Amino acid sequence: MRRSSALTTALLFGYAFLYAPIALLMVYSFNASREVSVWGGFSTKWYGELLQNQAYLDAGWLSLKIAATSATGALILGTLAALVLVRYGRFRGRLLFNGLITAPLVMPEIILGLAMLLLFVALQDLIGWPDGRGFTTIAIAHTTVGMAYATVVIRSRLAQMDESLEEAAMDLGARPIKVFFLITIPVIAPSLAAAWLLAFTLSLDDVVVAQFVSGPGSTTLPIEVFSSVRLGVSPQVNALGTIIVVAVAVIIGVAWRLSTRKR
Amino acid sequence: MRVAGGRREWGRRLVLAVPYIWLVVFFLTPLLIVAKISFSEMRLGIPPYEPLIDWAQSGVAMVRASFNNYALLFEDDLYVQAYIQSLTIAGISTLLCLLIGYPMALGIARAPERSRGPLLLLVIVPFWTSFLIRVYSWMSILRDEGVLNHALMGLGLIDEPLVILNTDWAVYVGIVYSYLPFMVLPLYATLEKLDPSLLEAAADLGARPIRAFLAVTLPLSLPGIVAGSLLVFVPAVGEYVIPNLLGGGDTQMLGKALWDVFAQTRDWPSASALAVAMLVALVIPIALFQRLQTRLEEEERR
Repeated sequence: MRRSSALTTALLFGYAFLYAPIALLMVYSFNASREVSVWGGFSTKWYGELLQNQAYLDAGWLSLKIAATSATGALILGTLAALVLVRYGRFRGRLLFNGLITAPLVMPEIILGLAMLLLFVALQDLIGWPDGRGFTTIAIAHTTVGMAYATVVIRSRLAQMDESLEEAAMDLGARPIKVFFLITIPVIAPSLAAAWLLAFTLSLDDVVVAQFVSGPGSTTLPIEVFSSVRLGVSPQVNALGTIIVVAVAVIIGVAWRLSTRKR
Repeated sequence: MRVAGGRREWGRRLVLAVPYIWLVVFFLTPLLIVAKISFSEMRLGIPPYEPLIDWAQSGVAMVRASFNNYALLFEDDLYVQAYIQSLTIAGISTLLCLLIGYPMALGIARAPERSRGPLLLLVIVPFWTSFLIRVYSWMSILRDEGVLNHALMGLGLIDEPLVILNTDWAVYVGIVYSYLPFMVLPLYATLEKLDPSLLEAAADLGARPIRAFLAVTLPLSLPGIVAGSLLVFVPAVGEYVIPNLLGGGDTQMLGKALWDVFAQTRDWPSASALAVAMLVALVIPIALFQRLQTRLEEEERR
């Protein structure tokens, strides 16, 4: 009994640690005072200022476009990679493939960013593409990172999947591509959605890689936030953070309801 | 029939080729380029490095590899210190994550089955919200006139504000906070699979809970401990945002040093050499992680 109460205390402490900064951020986003730690009354003025801040709005729109593009690329590539890893058994080059797909998960972002930049510079030198840095280069870099995460998510679902349905369809004469679209995809759909969202979030959140491969005029939201926060505390960032937390909470809440209702 | 078989074989190859080529072009090649440039000499211009292979007039390739960039890393105290400090900070943070994360993972694994899902979700949710903004939030908590100091002084525990922001302490807080979910998730995965009858057997044989934990739970959760530790340690070594926002002038970490050399000095060869030096320190942990990952997947398939 004593033991389990110790574990409960540990859990409470852990959750408090995880959520206190988020809660404080949300509370102080409604603080009228510029001094973040002094309460100066309730106000929504930082939200107003945030919505007037053209630099943030432009950066936010660019980030959303990049995130959607790279998440879609990561989903497609990740699905193919997961199929290869789960269904192909042994083939020549499997070891290298497996290494390449898991390495981005543990590779420090700073190395990835530098490496990506050096590749784009070398490519531009060699074949003239990509012309400068911006949307395309950031999207490619994010797709590469996102696909590694997407593969992990899809692969574990694919490994648990009952293959008899697919075999039945094959026995009835369906071609592999038809089986894939009519049976495999619907069965693994929740993991596909999770993989897309994960890649989307990672892209939307990345400062380090984007800082290397972005060019003038292609400032993403995290880069914008990072450069203003470096100079000190900024109440508009509190408001932005609150909006992000609420959006994430709503999406996760809806996803959770959907996934539990099905069972 | 042979035609259909041929087409199927072709399709199989395409499914393999697309992600494979992508990874080779956009992941393996960039890393090889980093390695290559780390041996080049710096020059002024675009790109700011000398070609490694020079086609001399006679058509003979001259290889101009240079170890200068690496020599520089060892000569400059700043980099040696950044190297040592990165590994120390990452190591201690990993240990702290383990100390906080293990009881949490165990607590979730021992909770009633119905509440495990929501509890786990609560660990994951912060990871989905912006990392940058969560780190920023600590800036306003840890400042001299921040929330923490206000609270501690209000309680009468301290008379003067503690200086935490812009010190190594703040970096530890930031890393432990940001990477805690990466520790809890793999730990939970191994602890949840643990057969409770093993602990019952230990209890029946008279082992006290603490003994049962040390003899049964802890050793069996070793794969989770290793996986979680690597997921924290490896990115922490290269961490850039946290030392930048929370650390002070004397917090030198490799990630920050690399960016400074790259962006301020525009010395791409030295930045590449730093990246290679960082990778050398991480090769063993990364390889270990991959082996573990492969083994877990093989178990999953059975």
